[in-house]
Amino acid sequence: MEMPLPDAAILSAKARIVARLRDVLPDDAVIDDLAELRAYECDALTAYRCPPLAAVLPRTTEEVSAVLRSCWEEGVPVVPRGSGTSLAGGALPTADSVILGVARMNAVLETDYDNRFIRVQSGRTNLSVSGAVEAEGFFYAPDPSSQLACAIAGNIAMNSGGAHCLKYGVTTNNLLGVTLVKMDGTVVTLGGPWAEPSGLDLLGVVCGSEGQLGVVTEAWLRILPKPEGARPVLVGFNSNEVAGACVADIIRAGLLPVAIEFMDRPCIRATEAFAKAGYPDCEALLIIEVEGSEAEISEQLTRIRQIAMAHDPVEFREAADEDQAKRIWLGRKSAFGAMGQINDYMCLDGTIPVSSLPHVLKRIGEMSAEFGLDVGNVFHAGDGNMHPLILFNANKPGDLEKCEAFGAEILKLCVEVGGCLTGEHGVGIEKRDLMAVQFAAADMEAQMRVKDVFDPKWLLNPAKVFPLATSAARRAG
Amino acid sequence: MRPETEAELVDVILGAAGPLLVRGGGTRTIGRALGEVLETGGLSGVELYEPGALTLVVRAGTPLAEVEAVLAGDRQRLAFEPPDLRGLLGREGASTIGGVVAANASGPRRVQVGACRDALLGVRFVDGAGNVVKNGGRVMKNVTGYDLVKLMAGSQGTLGVLSEVSFKVQALPEAEATLVVEGLDDVAGLAVLRKALGSPFDISGAAREGGRSLIRVEGMAGSVTYRVGQLRALLAADVTVVEGAESADLWRRVRDVEAFAGRKGDVWRLAVVPTAAADVVAAEAGEAVWDWGGGLVWLLVAEGRAEAVRDAVAGRGHATLIRGEGTPVFPPEAAEVAALAGGLRDRFDPRNILNRGMMG
Repeated sequence: MEMPLPDAAILSAKARIVARLRDVLPDDAVIDDLAELRAYECDALTAYRCPPLAAVLPRTTEEVSAVLRSCWEEGVPVVPRGSGTSLAGGALPTADSVILGVARMNAVLETDYDNRFIRVQSGRTNLSVSGAVEAEGFFYAPDPSSQLACAIAGNIAMNSGGAHCLKYGVTTNNLLGVTLVKMDGTVVTLGGPWAEPSGLDLLGVVCGSEGQLGVVTEAWLRILPKPEGARPVLVGFNSNEVAGACVADIIRAGLLPVAIEFMDRPCIRATEAFAKAGYPDCEALLIIEVEGSEAEISEQLTRIRQIAMAHDPVEFREAADEDQAKRIWLGRKSAFGAMGQINDYMCLDGTIPVSSLPHVLKRIGEMSAEFGLDVGNVFHAGDGNMHPLILFNANKPGDLEKCEAFGAEILKLCVEVGGCLTGEHGVGIEKRDLMAVQFAAADMEAQMRVKDVFDPKWLLNPAKVFPLATSAARRAG
Repeated sequence: MRPETEAELVDVILGAAGPLLVRGGGTRTIGRALGEVLETGGLSGVELYEPGALTLVVRAGTPLAEVEAVLAGDRQRLAFEPPDLRGLLGREGASTIGGVVAANASGPRRVQVGACRDALLGVRFVDGAGNVVKNGGRVMKNVTGYDLVKLMAGSQGTLGVLSEVSFKVQALPEAEATLVVEGLDDVAGLAVLRKALGSPFDISGAAREGGRSLIRVEGMAGSVTYRVGQLRALLAADVTVVEGAESADLWRRVRDVEAFAGRKGDVWRLAVVPTAAADVVAAEAGEAVWDWGGGLVWLLVAEGRAEAVRDAVAGRGHATLIRGEGTPVFPPEAAEVAALAGGLRDRFDPRNILNRGMMG
């Protein structure tokens, strides 16, 4: 993955730039020692690494503003970082950039159950937002797999989803407002604790802008009352087509499970070997979770069973108690770890129309043979968000490149059938050079105009989202 | 001017000598803009409808009624329940789906499923410089590039003219029921709504109108019965329950603000922190229809009360003048927000020809 050459003038001015950062921040908030900077050289896309010029860990919006203002005056790029769990390289530094980490900004600023919102500093982890309100019977709905570690700042930057967004939506649907600091240090409030923002939906465009429009320091989040209960069922099928048809029938019937997860045979076998969840050895497996009271759960599951039975499943397993429910989820939740036991893997994130599921799975199987790399599929079937996991050996020369080429072909296929490159992970550097597959020049130009308005010098999170050649003139200033 | 294709729409915009007033059905326009009328009704028709994927792609000038009829044919609907404001605003004509998007028009079910912008999966539009731009798509989850879909929703035609929109749609529920709570004053009546919304019973409407608080649940028949019973117990108030068409009627009245149709006075639409709603209305001594558990207030007041209404919501929401003279119609913006919005308008519509001045 090509990254722009670092600015030699910035590299040679490191001492002065670090001194300026120390002027506006407490000493313990500025890191410039090369050994310590190694901690910030990559995110969860570990194939790409580059230590930054420096890293700062501010504690307040005012400190963030002061840092950004200083960098803006010096012309130094800034890479915002939540918890560094991006799978797309969204927080990959360049050698001439300052990492701005929000990890120390993790306070709950306000909880209001009557108006159903919480206001937090953006470095707070996703799971601990729910944790702050669960005693009162509330939760924060978006639940990315990395929710134990990932920060709200990163969730907003990537518009993160999760397994339960079929019912509750993704980050943008649960975000009421933000405090945003622009690259020039200006503090902007968008939205607030009321039902909707006024004027142009700037909040909507900030969410999912991959940290390129500003640094979110605080956020108002919608919290929801917890459902009375939830229960999963596991349904096994002898073909992907039939499993796909079953998903479409459930959705069409007007049932709204909170999650419909799909695993294919390679993934089922890998997770069985790893987690021993007791899954049937079949071609495709669905985990469907419904919510409500006992009576409501049973009403929905009765209907789901009727629909599933019409597709002649090899297995229909309902969780009779909490323990069985956990076992049904166990395999799904260990899927990534299980694949990681076998080999290194690359996780893709394309989304397709649900109706194209069988075709796309078949083509992925064919391509797997062509490239000579194994692939397992585990994904959110209800909304067509796929997660093909391509296995490769990072120590084998050429394997990563082959894996990336295979991944690119899968993503092109997703776009071809009417889908998109990324459903919840973001573009980052990983899918940057594929943007032209999905977007015409005018489409990307329109997006880049938004960046021109928020960050005219193009200093925030450089070399992400747009192909380097497409953004070259703007980045050159 | 009435282009029939996206290419003709490009030509109209490129050839415009002066400002254009973009018009779908003209049934919900509230800003003030002058210019040659550009009708979108020629860009009409369903492009793709996949009930099994809950997906609809439709040309922007398609009448809303046609969209709703197509969906109803497969027992589906637009979840966000767009209001019909013709009665309130005294308008004729047929609302278009593009107009709904441009206004981000959303009804009572917003408390449960979100606004129009939350159901909007993709857009195609022609910007003020004649560029055809697409963003989003037809799939449920999409974070590829910046989200201009949200930006276009509610932009009142000031950034571009929509040519195509795609939605996530929703299956019609098996049953609906409304709990009608009478005998409470506004403060207590609004507290009841918030209590219901804070319960796990999946409320799809929480409104107050004509001295009655209304709480709606929808879903499978057994589940609706169960939740009505639980809510009765929870609210411990004087409750009657209406179902089916009678319930739907109540919500149409709220959605379309029928109470204020034909009445004298200005109508304001306030988005506020729900617990502040009663106070804001008391400060203005107006008459109110409350939706979204108090988060949305339709306020009927004497004419020319702009300053007082905006003072009343300051710090706890914002106010838009829906019906009445006087400006600005849209809420004033903080300088740094106005600078961003102005910057976007300059870049998407460099000649400032699309609904010039519409949003202030």
